[in-house]
Amino acid sequence: MPKTAQYTTFAPPQAPIASARPAPVKAGPAKAGPARRRRRRNHWWYRLISPIALVLIWQLVCSAGLISAQKLQAPSQVWRTAVSLVTHNSPAYGTLQDAMLVSLQRMAIGFSVGAAVAVVFALIAGLSRLGENAVDPPLQILRTLPLFGLIPLFIVWFGIGELPKIILIALGAAIPLYLNMFAGIRSVDAKLVEGAQTLGLSRTELLRHVILPGALPQTLVGLRQSLGVAWLALVVAEQVNANAGLGFLISQGTQFLNTNVIMVALVVYAILGLITDAIVRLLERRALTWRRGLLEN
Amino acid sequence: MAPRTTGELTAAVRGLTRSFDDQRKVLDDLDLDIEPGEFIAMLGVSGTGKSTLLRALAGLDPDVTGELHVPGTVAVAFQEPRLLPWRRVLPNITLGLRVPDPEAVALQALAEVGLADKAAAWPLTLSGGEAQRASLARALVRDPDLLLLDEPFSALDALTRIAMHELVLTLWQRHRPAVLLVTHDVDEALQLADRILVLADGHIAASVPVEVSRPRDRDNPALIELRHQLLAELGVTKEGQS
Repeated sequence: MPKTAQYTTFAPPQAPIASARPAPVKAGPAKAGPARRRRRRNHWWYRLISPIALVLIWQLVCSAGLISAQKLQAPSQVWRTAVSLVTHNSPAYGTLQDAMLVSLQRMAIGFSVGAAVAVVFALIAGLSRLGENAVDPPLQILRTLPLFGLIPLFIVWFGIGELPKIILIALGAAIPLYLNMFAGIRSVDAKLVEGAQTLGLSRTELLRHVILPGALPQTLVGLRQSLGVAWLALVVAEQVNANAGLGFLISQGTQFLNTNVIMVALVVYAILGLITDAIVRLLERRALTWRRGLLEN
Repeated sequence: MAPRTTGELTAAVRGLTRSFDDQRKVLDDLDLDIEPGEFIAMLGVSGTGKSTLLRALAGLDPDVTGELHVPGTVAVAFQEPRLLPWRRVLPNITLGLRVPDPEAVALQALAEVGLADKAAAWPLTLSGGEAQRASLARALVRDPDLLLLDEPFSALDALTRIAMHELVLTLWQRHRPAVLLVTHDVDEALQLADRILVLADGHIAASVPVEVSRPRDRDNPALIELRHQLLAELGVTKEGQS
């Protein structure tokens, strides 16, 4: 049928249209296909349905007594534990907010140190061949070392206090940020740099107006990655002989066989991670409007 | 308007040579004088060093040897507009502009190229022609003695290109910089230039004055005659075989 429609150019226009509707897609205008397919509206809260369902199933399974209360308690019980951890300062656990503050502080110090080092090294390596030759090889070597395999060495070198924890977080944060920012600086369009040079920009102006903004998208990707690794490093570091913080809460929970406390600490980790990720995404959206400009058009 | 640098050449090039790693000389002992306010078009088949010469004149190539004397300010518009996508149009124009009130000057330049309403637009939202006009405004706002145009119209559609030709001529007649336009397009060169250079084997093989008053009609017999001459210089015969 489509064939005849193609050959008979003088045929009345209703011929291909009137004949069997779904068949002559090829003969009809190409737009007919996608136009007919009605788009389902997608609400953001659709994504909440399955997680909520999972929590409900967890609650039901526990309430029905299918899992021993020693192994896992219902979400309602976990919630009760969370509330009491916030409201009561127990000798075994302290309070949740104190533990959170300690962990946050570790994270903030470790991440800031790591990010600062990463930015400095990325600039050194990104802006000169000499710098690249000096800085990049050791950092590439460091990258291949398993981060958490270094813990025993760190304990020997730095003891079991705050220092090894901070260094582990800093190292975890530094590597992805360095790699991405370095790559970002190197991927700045040479033509833009050349064009800017003809405008008589000084070296600092070139850096400020061309190279750093050009490296920003990739740097922000690195920032998100490095935050992820830093949170992970915090969790691992806090398992090692912590006497305060969320990790301490977890090891206390293990001691007393209290899975609820462990659950609460894990959820707090997750929430903190989500919050920092959201902050970076907000930053991304504000700093990269010029890219969205393309989409708005 | 009188040329600003009377008595002095806008650019004087003597024995300019540029060889690349493989000893191939892209520019070989090239001499070129550019008079103030002169509109020059430079033709040449691909790989003859047109862009190399332009980059040298723009001060972008430190590895040329020979004498290169460009006393005044130089501005460049490239084939791709090279606007910073992360700066809106106006800050792109004012970039590196060291005058008292750069924004007012830039706005005026944007108005001259018909882009006054796009000052706050993101470069990625501009059409090809608009971006190229912004690039022209950015070059002109520097009030250059020498304006270098590196195939700035080659990526534009035919109608936009004609409009751009007229715009460039208007701006040139108003500001009177010397212009060196690198192009592949013989007709474009004939439309615009006072003098057409043919670059071959690393030096200027021909310098052809175009003494037809503007606006120029494509079918002007003198231009047709020149077109044949230039095509022959470029190694293209009438039948279009090289």
